[in-house]
Parts: sequence; C-alpha cells; structure tokens
Amino acid sequence: MSETVKVPTMAEYMAEGKKPEVLFWVGCAGSFDDRAKKITKAFVKLLHSANVDFAVLGAEESCTGDPAKRSGNEFLFQMQAVTNIEVMNAYEIKKVVTACPHCFNTLKNEYPALGGDYEVMHHTQFLKSLLDEGRLTVEGGKFKGKRITFHDPCYLGRANNVYEAPRDLLKKLEVELIEMKRCKRNGLCCGAGGAQMFKEPEPGNKDVNIERTEDALETKPDIIAAGCPFCNTMMTDGVKNKEKEDSIEVLDVAELIANAQDL
Amino acid sequence: MQYIPNILFVIVLVAGIGYFTKNIRKVIRNIRLGKDVDRSDNKGERFKNMAMIAMGQSKMIRRPIAGILHIVVYLGFIIINIEVLEIIIDGIFGTHRIFAFLGGFYDFLIASFEILALLVFVGVVLFWTRRNVIKLKRFWNPEMKGWPKNDGNLILYFEMVLMALFLVMNAADLQLQELGADHYIKAGSYPVSQFISPLFDGMSEGSLFLIERGAWWLHILGILVFLNYLYFSKHLHILLAFPNTYYGDLKPQGQLDNLEAVTNEVMLMMDPSADPFAAPADDQQEGEPEKFGASDVMDLNWAQLLNAYTCTECGRCTSECPANQTGKKLSPRKIMMDTRDRLKEVGDNIDKNGSFVDDGKQLLNDYITPEELWACTSCNACVEACPVSISPLSIIIDMRRYLVMEESAAPTDLNNMMSNIENNGAPWPFNQMDRLNWSNE
Repeated sequence: MSETVKVPTMAEYMAEGKKPEVLFWVGCAGSFDDRAKKITKAFVKLLHSANVDFAVLGAEESCTGDPAKRSGNEFLFQMQAVTNIEVMNAYEIKKVVTACPHCFNTLKNEYPALGGDYEVMHHTQFLKSLLDEGRLTVEGGKFKGKRITFHDPCYLGRANNVYEAPRDLLKKLEVELIEMKRCKRNGLCCGAGGAQMFKEPEPGNKDVNIERTEDALETKPDIIAAGCPFCNTMMTDGVKNKEKEDSIEVLDVAELIANAQDL
Repeated sequence: MQYIPNILFVIVLVAGIGYFTKNIRKVIRNIRLGKDVDRSDNKGERFKNMAMIAMGQSKMIRRPIAGILHIVVYLGFIIINIEVLEIIIDGIFGTHRIFAFLGGFYDFLIASFEILALLVFVGVVLFWTRRNVIKLKRFWNPEMKGWPKNDGNLILYFEMVLMALFLVMNAADLQLQELGADHYIKAGSYPVSQFISPLFDGMSEGSLFLIERGAWWLHILGILVFLNYLYFSKHLHILLAFPNTYYGDLKPQGQLDNLEAVTNEVMLMMDPSADPFAAPADDQQEGEPEKFGASDVMDLNWAQLLNAYTCTECGRCTSECPANQTGKKLSPRKIMMDTRDRLKEVGDNIDKNGSFVDDGKQLLNDYITPEELWACTSCNACVEACPVSISPLSIIIDMRRYLVMEESAAPTDLNNMMSNIENNGAPWPFNQMDRLNWSNE
C-alpha cells in the first residue's frame, strides 16, 4: 500500500496560525498495525473527499491508556491521559474523531474528569454527520446488493449506545444488511477488549473470536463489517481459522465507503 | 382462655418481624463496610430507573418466558400481600375476614387473590421445571452446586406450599360458610377454591374448622418463616432490587471511574513546582497510604456490596459472558456470589468478635482467582444482561487494580504491553516518532 496521503499535523496548523475543524485521533492500532493503517488511510481519503479541515497529532499522540486502565494499571492510564490532555489542551482542541472505539470511549468518558473535555465522535458518527450535512456522498458502487453483517464493537455499542450510525452508513451503500442473532446491545464481544488483545486467553474450550465468527458466518455474508481495528483483527483471524478468507472479507465501515467509490 | 390464639399470634408476629429486622440491620451494616461512593445525584433519573427496572420489570422481559412468569409471581406476591394485611388484623383482634364489609369489592379482591395464587402456583411449578427437568444450562454451572441449587428450589417449594395453603384455607372457609358455621360470615368470591372445596364434602364442621384454622396458621407462619429465610437466601432480591436499581451506576457502561488517589499522585508528579520532600500540610493526616484496588470486600464500595446482596443468581450475566461461553473459569455470577459470601463471612466475624479480626482470608484467591479476573474482556455483556442493575465488571476491574498496582501480578504479556506504553506510548514496541509513518507508506 505504497501511496502517500496528505495528513496535516496540529504542529503544522499551529505554525500557520490555523485551527482545524476536527482532530483525527489515529490511535496506536491505526498508526502501527498494518491492517488498521488501511482503515486509517481510507478514513483520511473520505475526510479529504468531504473537504474536512482536519489534522492529526502525529508524533505528539500517545496511547490513550485504555488497555492499561482495563488491565488495572490506573497509574499508567492517568499518566497517559494527563500527558495527552496537556497536548490537546495546548492546541485548544474542541472536537475529536477517532476510528477506534476504545480511544473513543476513553477520550469521551474518562478524560473529562482529568481536565480533557472535548466533543468526541466515532468515525462512523462523524461520517454519518458529513452525510447528513451533504458533504459526503455514499453510494453502493461495487458493494451494491452484497450481503453484509455488522459486528457491533462493545465499546461503541453497549459501552456508549451507538448502534445506528454504522448501520445507516451501510444502508446507504445499498447492501443487504443482515443482522447476526446476537447484535446491538446483545452483541457478542470479539474477544479483544479489556486488554485481551495483548495476551493469550485463559484456558477454555474455544476462542471468543471463533465463537463470534460463527455468529457472523451463520448470516452467510459476503462481507463482515467492523468499526474497530481490534474487532477487525479478531474477525479476520476467525475467518481465516474457518478457511473462508477467500470468500469473506472483513472490512471497516470507512473502508467500505471509500472502496465503493474507488477513492 | 379465648384470647390465647390472639396472644400467640402477636408473639409469633413480633418474634418473626423482630428477628427479620435484626438480620436486615446486619445486612445494612455489612453493606456499610464498603467504601463511600456518591450516588446521591440525579434523583429523578434514579427514581425512573427504579420504577422501570425494578417495579416495571423492564429488563426481566428481555427473556420473554422467564420474564412473563416472573411478572406473574411478582404481581402475585405484591397483590396477595393485601390479604396478608387482613390475616394480620384478624390474627391480632380475633376477627374473621375483617375486610368483608367492603362487600362486592371484597368479592373482587378475594377472587383476584385466588386467580393470582393459582397463576403463581403454575408459574412456580414452571420455574421448578426449568431448573430441574429442562435443566437450563445457566442453573447448572459449577457455582450452582450445593446450597445455591437447594436454595433456588427451596424458595419455589415455599411459594408452592404458601399458595396451596391459601387456597385450601379458602376452600374450607367456603364449606363452613355454606354450613352457616359460627363466625364464618358469607363473604368473598372463590373462583379457584370452589373446585377444591368439593374435596371436603361431607366433613363435619369440626374437621372443616381444623382444616381452615390449620391452613390459616400454617399460611401466616409460612410467610413469617419465608420472610426470615430471605436473609439466608439469594431471595433478598425481592427487597434489595429496589434500592439497587435506584443506586445503580448512571455513567455510560464503558466509563470506568478514575481513582482519585491516583489522580492526586499523578498531578503531583506532573506539577513542576511540587516539592517531593515537603512535609504534609497540617490538615493532611499521614496515615497508611491508601490501598489501590480491591483484594477484599472492605476495599469495594457500598454500592458494589449492595449489588452482591441483591444478586439472585439468575445467571443471565454468566450466560451472556463471552469468556464463560468459551469455557473459561470466569462467571460474573460467581463474582457476585463470592463477594456476598465473603461479606457474610466478614459480617459473622464482626458479630463474633465485636470488630473484624483478621481471619487470614480475603476475597482474592480464597474466593476469586486471578485466572477468573484475567479472562474478562470488559465487554459489559454481564452488566447489560442483569435485570437489577448489578455490575460484576466493576468488581473485576477493582480486583485487577489490586493485582497490578499492589502486587505487580499481571500476566507477563500484559506487563510487556504496559511497559511498551510507558516507554514508547503504544502497547506495541514501536517508536512514538514513527506514529505518522503510515501516511507515506
């Protein structure tokens, strides 16, 4: 994926004496994970196509502290939070968008008490608002008529009650949206949350991502849509485990919209 | 001599309510062993939650079969209690069916009680069938062996017997009314017990009187025993569901609290003008440093302890838990049961010794193992599933905090992840300066 996308940083904006409309919080997965970087790029392309004036923190961004907090390391979480808040407050950030539900939840819910009060949106909410404002067009394109099932990320869905934004976007793609038997508030976790992403699972008789992939496969999808880089990894691994990677793609909602338009 | 039944009744009533009150005070004292947490905000929203979730059973009906059966038993329980009021007045004053003066309305009341009693009986039999014949998986998890299983069934037997006694009492009363026996005024309408009544056809007035009085006494004694059984049982939820839903966490489910003690230290570390060698201000006590996280019940807050007493072991949390579904040891229900059992143990210790004497045990390890705690994905499925606003997740996180911040006992993989965050601001070992490399890869 060797193509350069134009991504302004807050430091550059500051140097020009400008402020962007929104800060794009890329997150660790979006910055470093090869699969998630594709999601980041797809989202940036959509931001450009909607003429959104955005910037990233770049090297000034650091982990929100979510996996540390969920592991029980409140010290490390708060050190990360306070450092990030200092940076963001120095840039007088008002609005943040992120493609990671874990960053989204932490920035939105756990930063305010530590002095970081921002309007925080998940990228599906942000894209939905662009769509509503007429700044972004979403068309079926090559996904028209495909069977797609959406896996609710726990930290977007149950944790923050965002169920409709990603679905509204998918419907705009003129796809056949099929719900898994466990969806929305009853959605099953992909197995990555609570810092499980970074450790081996405890002994059991199955991996959570396999259980969830089975839910998804029951809907006989062409595509499993995700809204979280970690869910994406877990579901991709699950699909590989079931040897279905040739027939089923796991794609982020942002990738679906960007790819539909061949951005 | 004629007042002996009245006197006996008053003694039994006072003893029953007295012992219950004594035990409930213990429950309240035990809950207060928890740390303080402010749940005095947003009274309106809290009342609404209590009205919807506890009174309105809004989360029970998410599983329709159990939900509807539960509503029948719940309504029956509440409405039939009006009858208990009559029984108590009759018992104290030696009257019989004191509310009979209500006339047609009394007929309506008694008829409603009878129909509800029958429905409750049927509902309870179905509940019993689900547990013991259909053997729904969530009632057969490892933590349900022994007492929890017997407790669940005992409650159902209690309710079956109480409803049966109520109907038998009415059936005998109906016969006595028709015989024109002394005291047994014609009152009430008996849509259910009229079908039981023929069983007593041809019996003498004396036998009928024995049956009616026997059923009456056993019914009220049964209610008092059941009331006192609550304290020893998971069945306390019939009372605690109300405060528990009122004091439930109103934050978004994804939001964990920020530990204030940690914030103070972090702010001090980040403050360039802070003097690390400064003597504590006069108003600051230099006591033992606060413990981070929870290793025992006293480290949890009172709302978490109220959660533990409220849990009625329905197992919806465990059946929704991704870790439990995939064979891990974690069961959110067991987290709540362990917390309650340990809290009771601590309470008994206080009763025995006057104040808590170290018993060499704690919630961590002796009840809940690190293996269970580390299996949690913090997905909130358990919190969402609970019909009475219990959060097993908040206890899991507090115990993880203890493991990590007090014991440095995180799994190795997580320690690596955390040292990566400390060193380079990401859970993986990538250089922070490379965070924007993706833009030109």
